[in-house]
Amino acid sequence: MATTLSRDAVAGRPVDPAAPLLVVEDLHVEFRIEAGTVRAVNGLSYTLRRGETVAILGESGSGKSVSAQAVMGIIDSPPGFVTGGSVRFRGVELLDLSEADRRRVRGDRIAMIFQDALTALNPVFPVGWQIAEMFRMHRGVPRKEAREKAIELMERVKIPSARTRAGSYPHEFSGGMRQRVMIAMALSLDPEILIADEPTTALDVTVQAQIMALLAELQQQTGMGLILITHDLGVVAEVADQVVVMYAGREVEKGPSLPVYHRPAHPYTLGLMDSLPRRDVHTERLRPIKGSPPDLLAIPPGCPFRPRCPYARDICAAEEPPLAAVTSEHVSACHFWEEVSRERAGA
Amino acid sequence: MSAPAPDPIRHGEVVLRVEHLVKYFPITRGIVFKRQIGTVKAVDDVSFELHEGETLGLVGESGCGKTTTARTILRLEKATSGHAWYRGRDIFTLSGKEMRELRREIQVIFQDPYASLNPRMTVGDIIGEGWRVHPGVMPKNRRRARIHELLELVGLNPDHINRYPHQFSGGQRQRIGVARALALEPKIVICDEPVSALDVSVQAQVVNLLEDLQDELGLSYLFIAHDLSVVRHICDRIAVMYLGKIAETGDEYQVYDNTAHPYTTALLSAVPIPDPAARHLGRRILLEGDVPSPADPLSGCRFRTRCWKAQGVCAQTEPELIDRGQGHPVACHFAQVEFDPAR
Repeated sequence: MATTLSRDAVAGRPVDPAAPLLVVEDLHVEFRIEAGTVRAVNGLSYTLRRGETVAILGESGSGKSVSAQAVMGIIDSPPGFVTGGSVRFRGVELLDLSEADRRRVRGDRIAMIFQDALTALNPVFPVGWQIAEMFRMHRGVPRKEAREKAIELMERVKIPSARTRAGSYPHEFSGGMRQRVMIAMALSLDPEILIADEPTTALDVTVQAQIMALLAELQQQTGMGLILITHDLGVVAEVADQVVVMYAGREVEKGPSLPVYHRPAHPYTLGLMDSLPRRDVHTERLRPIKGSPPDLLAIPPGCPFRPRCPYARDICAAEEPPLAAVTSEHVSACHFWEEVSRERAGA
Repeated sequence: MSAPAPDPIRHGEVVLRVEHLVKYFPITRGIVFKRQIGTVKAVDDVSFELHEGETLGLVGESGCGKTTTARTILRLEKATSGHAWYRGRDIFTLSGKEMRELRREIQVIFQDPYASLNPRMTVGDIIGEGWRVHPGVMPKNRRRARIHELLELVGLNPDHINRYPHQFSGGQRQRIGVARALALEPKIVICDEPVSALDVSVQAQVVNLLEDLQDELGLSYLFIAHDLSVVRHICDRIAVMYLGKIAETGDEYQVYDNTAHPYTTALLSAVPIPDPAARHLGRRILLEGDVPSPADPLSGCRFRTRCWKAQGVCAQTEPELIDRGQGHPVACHFAQVEFDPAR
């Protein structure tokens, strides 16, 4: 079959069988714009293993989407530049590849879905055609066969009456169905990693539940690794194995989701948890984080969270906190992480 | 009659009563010779009461009619039928002049703090703009001082009175929207998704602000939102809407902890709990498909095509919103209303 390609090499370079699926190390991305240099990602590291889900949690401007675009290799340059770090896919350094080689990795080995499925789809072609195009372009599958494969995929992502719907245009689908089309396209080439950038943010909550269940099911079938970019603490709690909390371009806390949620060791994470109302319990009064996220062109020296932090002391203005090991797998970028993590010690 | 439940809460008098409100939009075809080919039943027989000092939540998914309900009450849409009374006065029969006065007393806060503020006006002008239409609210010589007070009240720096909206963050802009609404000294504030566009860390600030202002000024809120967690926190009573109808209404414990309508059950179970330990607790009910189009309404119960409890009767008879004696009206033939003796 034309689609069986060797998965043991990436752009001609042999993979390291012992290496994890994806290792991101000390990634730096900046945007050089007229007003100055925005350090959108400032030292991000994480490891994604087969079948695992890593969530990158952050608010707008935290650098979470940019970090995913850097892994994917789709940052507009200029103004964006990956200025440091390493992105290794099964041991192969992606940042060293030529643009042509990266294009071959993109879609084929690492695929991505976006928040806004309507703008990501081409409005003038039927969705079945767009999915089939993946097979035709990347695999050289003949037209008719590609169409059949597209319909199969639409069935796999549970689009009802797929054969008829394949001829419909994106605007004829609801938001949830469009996101399913996106997922079908992303999965068409059996990628080993799927990056989902706010995949359910624009959707109603019942549809969000359907899409997250679908992603979990597909992940189980294929063993792909999932990188979930989101601001939603609820969604992260439901699916993530590992969580990276980002603030102002930096990773501030990282670890398996259970300890991060139950004993947060960074004041920002703790603040997020405290400011959140829940549907399952009554809350008397919310405890918000004061202030607002910083202007990325004017991030204060020292700890970027300092102006909003109830634990801040003099040292926080002078020194940027290093990542401290809370446990062997849980880290926090706070000078006072011990004090912060005692907050939930009783719980 | 499917009238709202008797007031279970110790709030003041009824400030807004909506009875059998209906809003249909025609679907037309043709440009010169328009003919109607269908009807979108956006709001279909909605009744509720809002008391003084109370927050009533209207929740539901997009397209369920929650915003249209508010727009129709404000006469931004013409009601197809039904009534809305503001302190005993029928809103739909008011003259233009009386209506202008009413719009002062019922103010709106919108979802998008980026789109709802005029970028060419200073914050001071935005907040004071309402006084151009209602000069009686604030004498001219007091206005600047009042804008200072309002900025302070919503937690902004009064020295920023001459700044423009783009100089503020999303959360601060939403505060400007709140100050603008309060400038006209309203009794009711309709909050249409007031925190949905804000970052999580800022949402809670605005929620707390709305609560404080309510306590201070005795405001009544009609709180329209799709975020069920925020609604549980801020609302005294909640009405869950589905396809133009209220499915269930009650207080937080009735609707969230003793859910009686299958749609509410499904809706709630879809909201993720921010705790990884709760991941496999509780039953997750996945609804099949999307919300049906309000343009081709179903016979009987509108939820029956997605409902796991549906039986023959659901296709024949539309269930009415009935209070079965617990002050917790539910529109379902198989409602499971539990009587809570503790209350």
